[in-house]
Amino acid sequence: MLKYTEDHEWLRAEGDEIVVGITPHASEQLGDVVFIELPEKGREVQAGDEVVVIESVKAASDIAAPVAGVITAVNTALADAPGSVNDDALSAWFFRIKPSDAGAMDRFMDDAAYQALIG
Amino acid sequence: MTNDPRRTPLHDLHLSLGARMVPFAGWEMPVQYPMGVMAEHLHTRARVGLFDVSHMGQVLVTPQGGHMAAAALTLESLIPADVLGLAPGRQRYGLFTNDAGGILDDLMFANRGDHFLLVVNAACAEQDIAHLQTLDGVTVTPVTDRGLLALQGPLAAEVLARLVPAVAEMRFMDSQILDRDGVELWVSRSGYTGEDGFEISVPRACLRDFAQALLDQPEVAPIGLGARDSLRLEAGMPLYGHDMDGGVTPAQAALGWSIPKVRRTNGARAGGFPGAGIILPELADGAASVRRGLRPEERAPIREGVAIFDQAEGGEAIGHVSSGGFGPSVGGPVAMARLPAELPDGATVYAELRGKRIPVAITPLPFVTPSYKR
Repeated sequence: MLKYTEDHEWLRAEGDEIVVGITPHASEQLGDVVFIELPEKGREVQAGDEVVVIESVKAASDIAAPVAGVITAVNTALADAPGSVNDDALSAWFFRIKPSDAGAMDRFMDDAAYQALIG
Repeated sequence: MTNDPRRTPLHDLHLSLGARMVPFAGWEMPVQYPMGVMAEHLHTRARVGLFDVSHMGQVLVTPQGGHMAAAALTLESLIPADVLGLAPGRQRYGLFTNDAGGILDDLMFANRGDHFLLVVNAACAEQDIAHLQTLDGVTVTPVTDRGLLALQGPLAAEVLARLVPAVAEMRFMDSQILDRDGVELWVSRSGYTGEDGFEISVPRACLRDFAQALLDQPEVAPIGLGARDSLRLEAGMPLYGHDMDGGVTPAQAALGWSIPKVRRTNGARAGGFPGAGIILPELADGAASVRRGLRPEERAPIREGVAIFDQAEGGEAIGHVSSGGFGPSVGGPVAMARLPAELPDGATVYAELRGKRIPVAITPLPFVTPSYKR
């Protein structure tokens, strides 16, 4: 089941890791994505650290780490084909993070709460 | 003036087409439609795009004594262009300059037989009109009862000729008054995309029907300001307030080409416009820094304000990006900046982006080859 942040990221628990992407709503707001800069694998991050740069035809924006932890994998294929975020945002994962707090997922919104947020 | 943005006669049409509206130069304008900026841009380069540019200022300048030559010379006192030599039915690009040698605005001016039609930037229109009203011997009439459309793209002539057959005979920078079912259209073969196309001034009351008739043609899609910006950027066209302003001279803006020999030093009508004492020597000697094209070697766009350096570490900035973004037809980021003239095309400079310096190649403008019908 997906969880969501207020920054329009989707989070999916897989084993003891969390897979992170941006929501279709966010990708629509950004417009055509033309450049993605991913973090380095193995980087230790705090919640809120800017870890990804997304440039659309309109503007630059960031993705923050949703939780503290270690980046365990990044989707390099996405950096080569940034437009795939617009094609299917829920398939276009950016990175996997192993949270330092095992219960980290609990505090994020479920689908109903996120849908209410974006109205 | 109130703070409420003005709306063009096509406001409801934009909303019905699903446009995202944004404030721009005191107007509420469509930045994009559901197609999206990238697809709108590519559609315009491949087929035809329809732009609402009704926010732009249209102004008539009419000689009070009936003599166009006198009015032309009067306009030449504000615009360093060859207005006198402009034949009826033709249009040129020009600049309003200030006493410091900077650019007050850029404009198109057309000779329409017994008067001139000027098209100026929305943000500058009020100031331009006041500037023109200082002139003696001409009547300055802002056109308030018309909207303006741009129809741009390789199939624009074919499409527009279905509605207005006479446009097929027009050449690049022709300007004509044409009739369509009793409606007077002011048509010029020009634009701001690097593509062939037309700008069409239409009475407000008829604008929506005419725009709809164009949108009903299968080749035509509505295009917003987002793609208008990336199209003009790829075409190497400067945007007022970004790539030039009152503190930037024609030579620095790489717009010296709009000032012909006849208005330059030793020309038959040399000078006689604001800032000539600065502008003309600089055109002869060359400006120290000039608007250039930039192509980042990597994929990250460099946008307005990004500092440019001539070395990978340390040193002082040699310029700042004045316009930049992603060029959909180029397939990568493109930008413009005023940089030292002595740096050759192809030289590598460095853009500072998020604390890192990325290599950027100085590139001749335009980034795409225009396809005008001369």
